[in-house]
Amino acid sequence: MIPSAFAYERVQTVEQAVRALQANPGAKLLAGGHSLIPLMKMRLATPTRLVDISGIRELRGVWKKDDRLVIGALTTHREIATDRVVRTHLPALAEAASRVGDLQVRNRGTIGGNLAHADPSSDLPAVALAFDAVFDVLGPEGMQTVPIDGYFLGPLVTALPENSVITAVSLKLPPSGTRSTYVKYPHPASGYAVVGVAAAARVEPDGVIDFVRVAVTGAGDVPYRAQAVEDALLGQHVSDDLIREAAAHAADDGSISGDLFASEAYRRHLCSVYVERALRKVLSRG
Amino acid sequence: MATVFGKAVKRREDPRLITGHGQYTDDVRLPGLLYAAILRSPHAHARIRKIDTSQALRHPGVVAVFTGQDIQGKMGTIPTAWLPPDSGIVTPPHHALAVDRVRYVGDGVAMVIAEDRYTARDALDLIQVEYEVLPAVVDQEAAMQEGAPQLHDEAPGNVAFHWKVGNFDPSAVQDADVVIRQRFRQQRLVPNPMEPRSAVADYNPATGEMTMWLTSQNPHIHRFLLSGILGIPEHKLRIIATDVGGGFGSKIPCYPDEALVGFAAKTLGRPVKWTEDRREHFMATTHGRDHYDDVELYGKKDGTILAIRVRATANMGAYLSTAAPGVPTILFGLIISGPYQIPYAEADVYGVFTNTTPTDAYRGAGRPEATYLLERMVDLFAREIGMDPVEVRRKNLVRAEQFPYNNPMGLTYDSGDYHGALHKALEMAGYAEFRRQQEEARRAGRLVGVGVTTYVEICGLGPSQVAGAVGFQGGLWESAQVRIHPTGKVTVFTGSSPHGQGEETTFAQIVADRLHIPVEDVEIVHGDTARISMGWGTYGSRSTPVGGSAIALATERVIEKAKKIAAHMLEVGEADVEFEEGQFRVKGAPSRQVSLGDVTLQAYLAWNLPPGVEPALEGQAFYDPSNFTYSFGTHICQVEVDRDTGEVKILRYIAVDDCGRVINPMIAEGQVHGGIVQGIGQALWEGAHYDEQGQLVTGTFMDYAMPRAHFFPTFETAFQETPSPHNPLGVKGIGETGTIASTPTVVNAVLDALSPYGVRDIEMPLTPERVWRAMKGAQEA
Ligand SMILES: Cc1cc2nc3c(=O)[nH]c(=O)nc-3n(C[C@H](O)[C@H](O)[C@H](O)COP(=O)(O)OP(=O)(O)OC[C@H]3O[C@@H](n4cnc5c(N)ncnc54)[C@H](O)[C@@H]3O)c2cc1C
Repeated sequence: MIPSAFAYERVQTVEQAVRALQANPGAKLLAGGHSLIPLMKMRLATPTRLVDISGIRELRGVWKKDDRLVIGALTTHREIATDRVVRTHLPALAEAASRVGDLQVRNRGTIGGNLAHADPSSDLPAVALAFDAVFDVLGPEGMQTVPIDGYFLGPLVTALPENSVITAVSLKLPPSGTRSTYVKYPHPASGYAVVGVAAAARVEPDGVIDFVRVAVTGAGDVPYRAQAVEDALLGQHVSDDLIREAAAHAADDGSISGDLFASEAYRRHLCSVYVERALRKVLSRG
Repeated sequence: MATVFGKAVKRREDPRLITGHGQYTDDVRLPGLLYAAILRSPHAHARIRKIDTSQALRHPGVVAVFTGQDIQGKMGTIPTAWLPPDSGIVTPPHHALAVDRVRYVGDGVAMVIAEDRYTARDALDLIQVEYEVLPAVVDQEAAMQEGAPQLHDEAPGNVAFHWKVGNFDPSAVQDADVVIRQRFRQQRLVPNPMEPRSAVADYNPATGEMTMWLTSQNPHIHRFLLSGILGIPEHKLRIIATDVGGGFGSKIPCYPDEALVGFAAKTLGRPVKWTEDRREHFMATTHGRDHYDDVELYGKKDGTILAIRVRATANMGAYLSTAAPGVPTILFGLIISGPYQIPYAEADVYGVFTNTTPTDAYRGAGRPEATYLLERMVDLFAREIGMDPVEVRRKNLVRAEQFPYNNPMGLTYDSGDYHGALHKALEMAGYAEFRRQQEEARRAGRLVGVGVTTYVEICGLGPSQVAGAVGFQGGLWESAQVRIHPTGKVTVFTGSSPHGQGEETTFAQIVADRLHIPVEDVEIVHGDTARISMGWGTYGSRSTPVGGSAIALATERVIEKAKKIAAHMLEVGEADVEFEEGQFRVKGAPSRQVSLGDVTLQAYLAWNLPPGVEPALEGQAFYDPSNFTYSFGTHICQVEVDRDTGEVKILRYIAVDDCGRVINPMIAEGQVHGGIVQGIGQALWEGAHYDEQGQLVTGTFMDYAMPRAHFFPTFETAFQETPSPHNPLGVKGIGETGTIASTPTVVNAVLDALSPYGVRDIEMPLTPERVWRAMKGAQEA
């Protein structure tokens, strides 16, 4: 529980951060520290230098820009969970952020750190997938954008280019009238998602589903869009049976894995139960 | 002055502790302090071929590195201090650092001493150890099989001891209508007190005196044992354990690590500190429970229980920890018939070595194991004969007029009103009404259930003569010294060693009540062998019944002496004086009085003392109880099981406990709350799990689930007070009752909820998946 020795530097700008990463192989960015420091204490990560970006003001905040919600990388879970704009336009994101860890964790942990760390049991990845997140990234070659599709490569492995800093995450706002939610089965020890489901849907007045998004985290090595569930729902009339039948496909798109607490078979089952619960919340009338 | 005995006085220790002004061992800072780190075996079983410490020794800031070879012959081995009689117990040597073989993941291999904690930790990575990995065995039943890896030459078949007790006789159960047979797994638990273990040792080569700050529940026992291990005479060894942040049994044992800290300080002539981190706690601090129990219950259709038998195999881990052998034997077997009039009982226990962390006492120690299997059996029996489980309990509970009651193992239960507690709890729970609601809920497709536990606990360990008879290598009396200072303020020195239970408050209440002075005028000193003559410490729900009684007796002795002086001052005979409201008064002429304060001052001035009375005012008592005390009660839990996921939700939890007279209801209730939470932790969430190779896969808080506040509803608690007849306070013990009662209560409630599925047993912890599988299995069958 004692990390190995490391150097520490605090940077004022994103450019300085990139330069510091380039200059020091083995350096790592430090944002809220709530994923990195636990790893260091277990000596599962042994960075030689921490480049602390937490003081960079402009990486904080939430904006609505056209049909996207832009969230600064250093915005904390707590800020997101309580943000008026988020709560109004993307309740699923506010709900997911409010279910992260405990209050201390939410006060420190950031959305950028969360998505960069890519823990397969994290909550925010499900929401990021459901709403076509795009990362604004500054690297040695300058600014670029990285789409969420194909971003999660494996546990703690992402398509983020080397020596780069996420400056913001933007999420595509669903068509107006869409309802969205995040439901979660927390692990009793860690509080992370054994299964977490982000779901959004819009139902036309005639009862036909004309927009639907479902994404699942926690159940496997990487979070995933539940395409099979979406396909079963889109263009169909809402009904109890439809929801149940669609939810039965909840695990189809994932590579589900098991552990001591929840076996693969049980996790598959939980995927269906939680997808069904999420769908009932966004598809129920009234 | 109003009496303070029985009042909810706020915990006096709390302001100090919650504002960060406690003095825990890790807070101790000394000039020239060095830090220790311990290299632990990554293998469950291996031969050590070679250890190369040269690189670590060259690391800047490293002062010394010790291996098992280095300490051989320079310090003693780690002793076992409870040897159950007629059990064939073997105690293979437990070296503070492994000499040629490691036997569990976490076994100490080398110790680095460095100028700071970080350097010490870094240097561990520079030690090269060549291991020859050996096959490991982690399960006690597997360890007893032929061909299993053998841990110690002294223990063929890995059997550490085999102990049997009871009066079972096949002819006694000839007219049994039913026999219930069930196998239970009581899983392994990690104690996890908030404060990890820690030691600071400071040796003075000039005087040969050693002071050790230690996370200890029993500093005098540690002094005794460490004196032998370190070769420092007892009068030159001082152990200080003032603020200790919880123990739950895990700070009873004498560990290799603390002894090593003492050895290093003595060898290097500089003070040394070591504090375990949470990973080390998971690996190298004793674990609790870990039983297989095969149980038989014989009964009649009318609900009478005739006999109970258990064959238990207890996993002792790689070595026998200090008190470990007493836990699955004496503290388990003797109480196997619980609060019921079961005439025949038997416990047949194997203690087995495995390649796992040693086990030892864990809150309740043996008694939760006994209560768990008994309460589970009573429910299975009730189900078999189609009787309400409460009815079965009512029929078999010892009745109030039967006390003192002799159980089949030779224990004498002191006092009780078991039916009274049951009745009260049922009323609070609205049991009959709940059963009606349960019917409705079931029709609506909901799975709700109720569990009821009636229990009795051996508390107040115990008469020293009995300690000797059951192989405990120590006494179990307690010391107290009560000193009234010339100004009337009082210092109490107790051999009990509270570490979170609140005795700084309750013990002061005992004294303030008897002397008719404010609680604030009484200071409780504990946990320092230099200030307290002797003590046996805090465990086994003994502090209040034994330590508290010693204090009451010492206080009485002070009053006796003061009365002699008062009589002399009032110029009357001693028999004519009585002590009321802080005044010594002449009987029949209450206006003739002197205050305790005036008497105290005279006692110290000694200008005019009665003949034969020595100056000063203090009293001392060494109290050895004549019997254990037996707390009892009824706990009731209502749960709902999520049909889709198997998750268990606790709807209500009701506890009626009878611990004799209650000194401080708020503190007693706090003990009950903590106990319930810990017991339910075992029922639903906690479980230490080793893989086949002996790796502890639940080695952090990421995968070992501790109970959290939001997992629980508000508990509904109440006390019934049946005084213990044999101690001066009439008290019994409340520290462990919650842990003892709550585990079976919750499991029985879940199984009751699942009774439409006919599920007989689910292994603890009842994780959602296990519950889900039980439902699924039943549906598919
Ligand atoms: C007790 C506890 C419980 C938790 N429970 C949950 C939970 O229930 N659900 C959940 O989702 N999470 C949980 N977390 C994790 C928490 O959400 C973390 O805060 C988050 O995952 C990481 O954010 P951070 O700002 O702390 O990142 P850090 O720990 O500072 O960094 C994490 C990683 O991301 C990199 N990084 C950080 N910022 C950037 C950036 N802008 N650009 C590029 N790389 C970057 C770092 O270099 C590092 O590799 C928990 C954490 C703790 C300690």
